[in-house]
Amino acid sequence: MADQSVTSSGIYVRSEFVNEIGVAGTGEVERRLSVFERITNIDPLRKFTILIIMVVVWELYARIGNINELMFPTFSATGAALVDALVNASLLVNVWNSLKLLLSGYAIGISIAAVLVILAVGSRIGSDLLTTLTAMLNPLPAIALLPMAMLWFGLGPGAIIFTLLHSIIWPVALNTHSGFQSVSETLRMVGGNYGLRGLKYIFKILVPAAFPAILTGLRIGWAYAWRTLIAAELVFGGQVVDTSGQLGAEGSTSGGLGWIIFENQMENQTPYVFAGLFMVILVGITIENGFFRNIEERTVRKWGMQKS
Amino acid sequence: MNDTATGTAGQSPAVPTVEPILDVSGVTLQYKTKEHLITATYRVDFQVFQSDRFVLLGPSGCGKSTLLKGVAGYMRPVEGTMKLKGRVITEPGPDRVMVFQEFDQLLPWKTVKQNITFALMNGGKCSSKQEANDVAMEYISKVKLERFEDTYPHMLSGGMKQRVAIARGMAMEPDILLMDEPFAALDALTRRQMQEELLQLWDDTKFTVLFVTHSIEEAVIIGSRILILSPHPGQVKAELNAHQMGHGDVGDKDFAQLQEKIHAMIFADRVLEDETLPNG
Repeated sequence: MADQSVTSSGIYVRSEFVNEIGVAGTGEVERRLSVFERITNIDPLRKFTILIIMVVVWELYARIGNINELMFPTFSATGAALVDALVNASLLVNVWNSLKLLLSGYAIGISIAAVLVILAVGSRIGSDLLTTLTAMLNPLPAIALLPMAMLWFGLGPGAIIFTLLHSIIWPVALNTHSGFQSVSETLRMVGGNYGLRGLKYIFKILVPAAFPAILTGLRIGWAYAWRTLIAAELVFGGQVVDTSGQLGAEGSTSGGLGWIIFENQMENQTPYVFAGLFMVILVGITIENGFFRNIEERTVRKWGMQKS
Repeated sequence: MNDTATGTAGQSPAVPTVEPILDVSGVTLQYKTKEHLITATYRVDFQVFQSDRFVLLGPSGCGKSTLLKGVAGYMRPVEGTMKLKGRVITEPGPDRVMVFQEFDQLLPWKTVKQNITFALMNGGKCSSKQEANDVAMEYISKVKLERFEDTYPHMLSGGMKQRVAIARGMAMEPDILLMDEPFAALDALTRRQMQEELLQLWDDTKFTVLFVTHSIEEAVIIGSRILILSPHPGQVKAELNAHQMGHGDVGDKDFAQLQEKIHAMIFADRVLEDETLPNG
């Protein structure tokens, strides 16, 4: 019996062999990456570097370009204004005033969206109603409703909350509904199999199964509402945001963040306008990274429904 | 080995009269696509008894999965009745637990243990968390997944997911366990292992199972009794006994013969009509 031969059909026959694993060692199984590789793998560090570079460019541009501070203040002036507004003025109170309005609008908006979606899950008419309403109203910028809202609800928190509702309800309802629709047939049948019906079925099966989409809707709703709120406060001049519903007195601290920006612009305090804008960004990032990111980490990522 | 059963009575004189767990009689199931009304099964009769490993076997399009969905309560028959322990089936319920082919049948937001306790609590099997926990752990150890009780489903392999689904189904102690090609999406090696494990579990608790497959080999290994359906629409072609065969007999003569007999029945419709089959 020859070890190697070629058959008539052209197959090259080799000898068989069986190895014993683990006798000859396995070579290098694991090796630590180099220090540089490990450092550049730190995500926040890379982003922080970008921020530093942008700040430096900003400062240099404002100083070397010899630009009028009324038009474009330096980073250091903006920073000083921000610190001053936080310490000496009541910027945090203004932030809180804005957030209070936003949170109440958010809570009401989500409840209305939930009712709409439950109706849509329960019946075909409800579903038709929701899709028609979202298709019609979603493209309408909430701020465009403000003039009418002021007419209907007067110059007060009511008008702002009404516009906020508009920017929250449609993205939340739309995403939740489409999330429900894409829940797999298998999971639906599993839910039915346990005897879950009606609201129990919606909250124990559909909501968690559609949670990635719901979370996206909540995020979009939040972002829309935050922008709408700042814009509305700017239009109002902010003063009416006084909780008593009265026009605020001169120098009142009861306005929101948008009002601070408006007021400082009126007084040609450009560094403070920038500080206000900075605060708008800061609050947005904090909610996004501190709140939504956290929820995402503890839910959809942990469950493997969304890749990290 | 018994030959094809022709009537309802068995051959031995001392057959005790037992009530079937599941009684399907004259069931026609139809479903709608966008343009057609399709008859999936036409006047199907069969009865499943206590501790049966009853297999529905047939080519694709014979309505076996539709039939299982009907028994599960997801579909209403347009004709005939389906009774579980004498009660007509009208809707899905925890007395008939389904194990699906798809790996996404586990709730991704629950761990392995929570998946089972959730089913137990919501299915009305257990009233206290503690009790549900104990039952869940018992069945998790039955399918040898103790180390993964707190793992989320997305970290598990396909075979492990199916084991959890089976543990969940068994933990609910339904009157009948419904399995819709539970091993079809697994690789061949894992599938073989799972079939063996399922038979071991059956030896342990003697649960009643209605099992759908399109694999003749799997039907003979798993089944104690095999119902063969013909396609378009599904009609009962035959009911055969396979209770004396399992994994150990795969190479045997009897095993091969039964497999061949089934093979011939299933492919009979495709050969010329006047050709006589080497049957029996």
